[in-house]
Amino acid sequence: MITKTVDVAIVGGGPAGLSAAISAKKNGAGNVLIIERGENLGGILNQCIHEGFGIETFGEALSGPEYMQRFIDQVEENKIPYLLNSMVLEITRERKLLVASREGLIEINAKAVVLCMGCRERTRGQICTPGTRPAGVYTAGAAQNFINLKGYRIGEKVVILGSGDIGLIMARRLTVEGAKVLAVVELMPYSSGLPRNMVQCLHDYDIPLYLSHTVTEIHGKKRVEAVTLAQVDERFKPIPGTEKKIDCDTLLLSVGLIPENELTRNAGIAVDEITGGAIIDERMQTSIPGIFACGNVLHVHDVVDYVSMEGDKAGKDAAEYSLGKAKMEGAIRVKPGPGVRYVLPQLLSGEEDVLLSMRVISPARNVKISLIDKGRAAKTIMKPRVNPAEMIQIKVKKGELAGCKEITVTLQNGK
Amino acid sequence: METRFDVAVIGGGVVGCAIARELTKYKLTVALLEKECDVALGTSGRNSGVSHAGFYVPTGTLKAKLNIEGHEMMPAFCKELGVPYLPVGKIVTAKEEDEREYLYKLKGIGEKNGCKKLRIIDEKEIKKLEPNIKGIEALHSPTTSILDPFLLTIALAENAHRNGACVRLNTLVQEIEQKKDGFRIVSNNGNYTSGIVINSAGLYSDKIAAMVGINDYKIFPCRGEYHILDKNKRNLINGAVYPVPPKELGGLGIHLTPTTDGNIMLGPSAEYLPEPDDYGNTSEVMDKLFMESFEFLPKISRKDIIKSFSGIRPKLIPSGSKAPADFVMEESRKVPGFINLIGIESPGLTGAPAIAKRVSAMVKEIRGGLAENGAFDPVEKSKIRFAELSHREKSELINKDPNYGLVICRCQTVTKKEVIDALNNPLSARSIYSVSKRCRATLGRCQGGFCTPKIIEIMEELYHTKTSDINYAGKGSELFTGKKEGVE
Repeated sequence: MITKTVDVAIVGGGPAGLSAAISAKKNGAGNVLIIERGENLGGILNQCIHEGFGIETFGEALSGPEYMQRFIDQVEENKIPYLLNSMVLEITRERKLLVASREGLIEINAKAVVLCMGCRERTRGQICTPGTRPAGVYTAGAAQNFINLKGYRIGEKVVILGSGDIGLIMARRLTVEGAKVLAVVELMPYSSGLPRNMVQCLHDYDIPLYLSHTVTEIHGKKRVEAVTLAQVDERFKPIPGTEKKIDCDTLLLSVGLIPENELTRNAGIAVDEITGGAIIDERMQTSIPGIFACGNVLHVHDVVDYVSMEGDKAGKDAAEYSLGKAKMEGAIRVKPGPGVRYVLPQLLSGEEDVLLSMRVISPARNVKISLIDKGRAAKTIMKPRVNPAEMIQIKVKKGELAGCKEITVTLQNGK
Repeated sequence: METRFDVAVIGGGVVGCAIARELTKYKLTVALLEKECDVALGTSGRNSGVSHAGFYVPTGTLKAKLNIEGHEMMPAFCKELGVPYLPVGKIVTAKEEDEREYLYKLKGIGEKNGCKKLRIIDEKEIKKLEPNIKGIEALHSPTTSILDPFLLTIALAENAHRNGACVRLNTLVQEIEQKKDGFRIVSNNGNYTSGIVINSAGLYSDKIAAMVGINDYKIFPCRGEYHILDKNKRNLINGAVYPVPPKELGGLGIHLTPTTDGNIMLGPSAEYLPEPDDYGNTSEVMDKLFMESFEFLPKISRKDIIKSFSGIRPKLIPSGSKAPADFVMEESRKVPGFINLIGIESPGLTGAPAIAKRVSAMVKEIRGGLAENGAFDPVEKSKIRFAELSHREKSELINKDPNYGLVICRCQTVTKKEVIDALNNPLSARSIYSVSKRCRATLGRCQGGFCTPKIIEIMEELYHTKTSDINYAGKGSELFTGKKEGVE
């Protein structure tokens, strides 16, 4: 077994991990190490060859690989070492990491750890889609890998379940590659993708969108032969008599992402059941001191720029921890209230400026978002429109929460 | 030229593979003909994976005898073949007062059949054995065990192959002609002649029998659906947990069974089908499976389901029939040399080692004796499971072969070396199914989303596999409709 000692170990070399590593280095951590399971740095963005990344960060719309290259360049400039094809198998409370690599099993003792493992896709199994189990059912991200990285044609006549961003992007991608996208099917009465993707990926290519619909059966013994769609009621149950069978050879699933927190759970870190990510304080620190989390492993983001920003923050906090700088304990608990799905971080000190990240439960217009403590709104902001697909960020200034003990973030009609 | 064999076994399920392997202990030429791209694709791979103690089967039947015999043979059988076998035990749990009686009835049947160590336990002891299970009284069977039915069937077929049997995959028997000195078998993959034919075709055994004019049997396919839960819920139960089955339904009731790989399965249901090939899941049953399991084990949630599947029982009795049907296992009187194995549903997996012994005795009798094959080697090495090893063992393996250091399937921690070993199987079965059942890649919580592309990359690297040959489980289940030129 090989052993190493580092100041900050970064688990994952995608957008969150690279930002965290660069930031840790810039903030004084001497010895930073990125551990990446893939054969390149960049993570999932390597297969996202469409444009639209980096508008917030760089003011231009880059492709996924272009966006990542800017961070990879900084990793190289800062001479931050990284391991590729290396998988973290285990993380302990004492911040000892066990890594499998072709060079051997490596034990890494880290002063601070940043979790940046990203997320995985929800599968057919998890949404319990009835029917047979033929070939030709793909998650959208797996299909994107096959098409963009390997050049495979995954099918000719495609139905897509889920109008999340990956589903929408893949609808366009498949059409451009010459496949026929027959339908995009969405369970909710609204799309769960970004508005710009609705326009650029579906509308511009005349791809029909079925809202309040789902796939009720997959047909085909060896390969998908057809799927049955049905309209759903307000409890998402299929309405009898609304079934429609569509002949196709492929079903693509874009039905949600799940933060990949098996390492986190096995380490004994407390996980929020709603976000699926670690519970953190305003220093991005999890329930185990010295272990931090950011990016999609913490909560699923809509835009990669925010992942990078979160990584930047977590990297700085981890560097400071590794340098033994004053640590702050969270004292104010933050909870989602009516209309709010989740809010991060879950613990604040009230003594620092902090950025809250949150998502709403359903779309609404002209709303008031309030931070309420004992019935009193400590802070209120107005939003002309909110959408579950879009993450909302609220800047809270030092002192705004003075005297608060427990904040409930609520959504109210603003009029 | 038609290849001639002494014995042809039709059907690569656990029973057919066990028979073929048993026959390689003798100086015989043996063929195993399987219509699918690999073994265990039918009933044998689609069940609870339990070696039953033998208290459900009616006393005095062939089912009871073979169950008890098979269960006793199973630990050594699995060990010899390198197959995971765990004696986790089982409880049949009464939740209501009026269910208590059934437990004593089962215990009585079991003891008459020859089951060992059965005992009735009270609520307190249930809590001790299974802290998360609600029940007022239970029958505890400590010898009931779980095994990997895929790996068992695969190990039997591969061991048969190593000992000289000819395992023909992708071979659908289409016609059988009775000749003076045996049988002529016509298939979509060559024609064969054989002195003896063993019909171990499971769901299609009635149709195979009919090919030689035996029209005495009809298989009634009865589907059972299952859910598989995420491994992170494995510790909710210790052993298998069964209910007192609802009176109106056949079967054992929807139960919770751990797998040797560390998941929990919920199921199965029981529903008769018109055709034996509809391996589907229905929303009604999927919902019912979850709800009934949830009553037993309130700590599970729908989010824990990673996959659903179904299997089909080859029953000899139609829906609603109360008459118990025994296994059919005999040389046809009408067609000498043609041995029928029909209606081999549960406990067929448990009974497989004993069935193989009996069938080889039949072959011996037909041929008037068998000479032993001195070169027979019964041992199959157990597969290396990197994920289950200690740090020191992991480290040593990587130092020996760096491909153990490259994790391909992240959910199940399966390494490149394990994938290569799975692909290099002696049957040359190279579908995604073949890889996954041998090394467990793709079977975790992401269901192959991340590792399937990597497995295909390894296939291309090692075998230069053509795009049209990449399939999930044989011809027709191709993953792709083409590939762009010039992409790496």
